[in-house]
Amino acid sequence: MTRLVAIGTEKGLFLATHDGGGWHVSPLHFAVKSVYAVAIDTRGDTPRILAGASSAHWGPSVAISSDLGKSWAEPDDPAIVFPADTGAALERVWQLAPGPAGRPEVVYAGTEPSALFRSEDAGRSFSLVRGLWDHPHRPTWEPGGGGQAIHTVLPDPRDDARVVVAMSTGGVYRTADGGGSWTPGNTGIRAVHVPDPFPEYGQCVHKVARDGAEPDRFYAQVHHGVYRSDDGAASWTSIADPLPGDFGFPIVAHPSKPGVIYNFPMIADMDRYPVDHRCRVYRSRDAGASWEPLSDGLPTEPFYPSVLRDAMCVDAGEPAGVYFGSKSGEVFASLDEGDSWSRVAAHLPAVLCVRAAVI
Amino acid sequence: MGAVILLPGVLRPEAAGASRLEVTAPGTVRGVLAEVAARWPRLAKRLRDERGELRRYVNLYVDGEECRRVKGLDTPVPEGAEIQIIPSVAGG
Repeated sequence: MTRLVAIGTEKGLFLATHDGGGWHVSPLHFAVKSVYAVAIDTRGDTPRILAGASSAHWGPSVAISSDLGKSWAEPDDPAIVFPADTGAALERVWQLAPGPAGRPEVVYAGTEPSALFRSEDAGRSFSLVRGLWDHPHRPTWEPGGGGQAIHTVLPDPRDDARVVVAMSTGGVYRTADGGGSWTPGNTGIRAVHVPDPFPEYGQCVHKVARDGAEPDRFYAQVHHGVYRSDDGAASWTSIADPLPGDFGFPIVAHPSKPGVIYNFPMIADMDRYPVDHRCRVYRSRDAGASWEPLSDGLPTEPFYPSVLRDAMCVDAGEPAGVYFGSKSGEVFASLDEGDSWSRVAAHLPAVLCVRAAVI
Repeated sequence: MGAVILLPGVLRPEAAGASRLEVTAPGTVRGVLAEVAARWPRLAKRLRDERGELRRYVNLYVDGEECRRVKGLDTPVPEGAEIQIIPSVAGG
């Protein structure tokens, strides 16, 4: 079994592989471009890597490799372009998400400014999902500290017409009709930055994950809070109380075991450090009712860097791999579902996103 | 006679490796960039976003004058002009 980890950083992409004998990290791809989004699409005959690489000088682009990074293809016409009538220009791609297994040609992209794009040709070209762009709420979505972007796109594995998206200071939105209409799904999520503690939308949602075994169950890490939804991301209840801190960015779900989730709690938004300044992942095996710290193999010295919203992931191995990268340029892996950890890479630029797959 | 665009090394792959491009210079920077878009579309996408606006850290000098300090995309491009494209120095 070979595991592939794609590591997007502020200044390039790295590919790490593990075939049982330790980690091998590739040289740099996309030098000096920030890689906010990467996907490993394993639905076809050969794995494909999609990377959203953005140059501060020359703009954003989406490139695809079908040979594990030996070569990259980028169309002459950019894959993601805002239509002229929107008056918008693509700042960067924050999310690349393969669609359902039965629709290998479908790929989604979440972008800054906040928009959802859908590809019907496996990511070579995308079309703006108009129903969300034209939503009456959109003009009032506010940019968060990192920008105004759709950072979470969760296609329903059972139904191509159903998708959940999330953004910071916009919240969660859902469609059940292929993107034509969208409903906010934020009931129960507390907002701390506006007078109304429970607005219809506008919550600062940092990341949402779909349960790997129960597709109507979701988990959310919010600016101040961790939540679970049991009704398809319509309403939410807090699962933060057992955690040592309710602030953080990532939350991920085991690919197949119900109720098994991971996150990296931090102290608070004005104290953005790992709890006790220790590098620990927290795991729940009961959908957030209880949590346990995981630190076997992780650094024991004081640890201050953040783990950003897309810098944690799982693969579908048996047992599943769990991965995270830090703003200090370190990447860690657990090949036993979190019980023990080892370092994949160090001294990289700040890690923005990590995606892994068994290839 | 037209005008000449001088490309930095980092952009030459977008124009089949050329370091200088000859254009017909139809009067303004906007016109020159329209010609670039028609003949070297990959290069044009690196210089302008989909609204046609020059990317923030792309600096375009017409005979030594950065176009933003003249008339932006409406800066005149005289016959025989030399257009230099120089990326900003920024970031860490």
